[in-house]
Amino acid sequence: MSSVVEPGNLTPMAPTPPDQITIAPVEVRVTEESVARESVFTIRDLAVRFGSFTAISGVSLDIPERAITAFIGPSGCGKTTVLRSLNRMHDLTPSAAVSGEVRYRGIDLYAAGIDAAEVRHRIGMVFQKPNPFPKSIFDNVAYGLRISGFSKSECADRVEHALRRAALWDEVQDKLKQSALGLSGGQQQRLCIARALAVEPDVLLMDEPCSALDPIATGRIEDLMGELKQDLTIVIVTHNMQQAARVSDRTAFFTAEDVDGARRGVLVEVAPTQQLFTNPADPRTEGYITGRFG
Amino acid sequence: MTSTVEAPPTEPRLASHRPLHRRRSVTNTVFVVAVWVAFALVTGALGAVLAFVIVKGAPVVSWQFLTTSPIQIRADQPDTAQVFGLTLRYGMWPAIVGTVLITGMATLLAVPLGVMGGIYLNEYGARSRFAAVVRFLADVMTGVPSVVMGLFVFTVLVLPLHQRTGFAGAAALACLMVPIVIRSTEEMLRLVPDDIREASYGLGASQSRTILRVVLPSALPGIVSGALLAIARAAGETAPLLFTIGIVSATNPNLFSGPNTALSTQIFANASSPFPAAIARGWGAALVLIAITFAFTLLARLVVALFRKRQLG
Repeated sequence: MSSVVEPGNLTPMAPTPPDQITIAPVEVRVTEESVARESVFTIRDLAVRFGSFTAISGVSLDIPERAITAFIGPSGCGKTTVLRSLNRMHDLTPSAAVSGEVRYRGIDLYAAGIDAAEVRHRIGMVFQKPNPFPKSIFDNVAYGLRISGFSKSECADRVEHALRRAALWDEVQDKLKQSALGLSGGQQQRLCIARALAVEPDVLLMDEPCSALDPIATGRIEDLMGELKQDLTIVIVTHNMQQAARVSDRTAFFTAEDVDGARRGVLVEVAPTQQLFTNPADPRTEGYITGRFG
Repeated sequence: MTSTVEAPPTEPRLASHRPLHRRRSVTNTVFVVAVWVAFALVTGALGAVLAFVIVKGAPVVSWQFLTTSPIQIRADQPDTAQVFGLTLRYGMWPAIVGTVLITGMATLLAVPLGVMGGIYLNEYGARSRFAAVVRFLADVMTGVPSVVMGLFVFTVLVLPLHQRTGFAGAAALACLMVPIVIRSTEEMLRLVPDDIREASYGLGASQSRTILRVVLPSALPGIVSGALLAIARAAGETAPLLFTIGIVSATNPNLFSGPNTALSTQIFANASSPFPAAIARGWGAALVLIAITFAFTLLARLVVALFRKRQLG
């Protein structure tokens, strides 16, 4: 496992600020996940521009380790933009410019000399639409491993392990050599999760992973997320508030505001999920979750 | 159960609905007929070309026609090849060898360059000004008459070296092929969905790895089709070869030395001669050229099918 470095090997370059939830009032449910976790990401004053258009600005939040953080908010509020700045996916868009600070375990991801490919190797991503490669099921899962330099024969065990973690092994073990495109939508999305898990990432970013799936497939993926958070940190963007309430430990609510005549995404509040949905601090959050807008 | 006969719809309703309905179905019928007529005309013309070539060419094509050069026939049995009561003194072997070698060399020169150019345009250059200029020039070059390519190569390769060679012909054909391959490759790469590029980058793959392992394999069938189109066009080109390879009646397997010959130039030379026997040879050469192009296409499709199978295996 040459290039998959354990999180412990990374010395934080700056002290991690204490998690904001510790100041929560006593009557709010304070789960074990929400207190003692170290922050995997500390985001300070993040802004992303596409050409002259500012998609989001002034976003600051911490994302705790081994917990599920959900980003919710109306369309166009910049949830996905924030998510994609966590593993430098904006590098692929020539017009995108990221400013502010994104620290991953103390390391500034946008500092000079940081290899974006290495970042994405450790911070995996699952996309909105299942996007398997037009290759065999085995080759899909082995793709990331091959990047790390594993030979095809060395991959076999890891591919099986990843498919088991993604709860797909039983369905595909007899057809590993068949095209991934022959799987159903739900299976394809679990294959994409397996593909991301195979390289043993520290964080999994999920961009509306269930929006193209039926309720049964959605349920399977939500169960899977509950199991995966034992070992890794998950950040999920979702349009579905029930989903955020079901699966996440913390929820961040974003909205779009008019700034200088243009719509711009801002972070309204971030809180433990239970608190955000039952006792939101901001009236805009309350308006959204009670269905008054968005 | 008595069946009640429904009263016919009232006249005003019919008046407002029927004419519209009729016009729609008439428009539809006209359109369908037009499509079928166009289809029949095009296939008819293509079929007629093929039928003509086969009818006129098949009697000429024999083992001897394919495997001998004119000199051999003259030396051995001068008057044995009788077709349509005409004496054939010409085998096509030198031209077959020339066409295969020259087109093959042109493919070697043009396809890698063109595919890499297409990769540059779509994956690296994208919306840059330089890429826009290259794209525009490639489009212009696609429309340049092939004789101009021949003149160009004649000026830069034939005149300085004082000899016509098969390689010069291959270079002229490659000039024709490169812009076609560049543009078809770019178009095919553009069809590859961005999500699978993102999936690859999301796993920590470099750009070169993403292109080689994900993007190119997905676009391969289309890229091969584009290359085949260019090869087929080049194999049939006559103008760029006329003054770059010369015309000889002996087999010249060396592309880098001495004049050469090709089926297309043989067709041209024979068909424009006043002698019926020569014109018959032209038909024979045309049939051989079509057969070679067909075989190439079939072979390339087979290779792509095998590649895809292997990729999934």
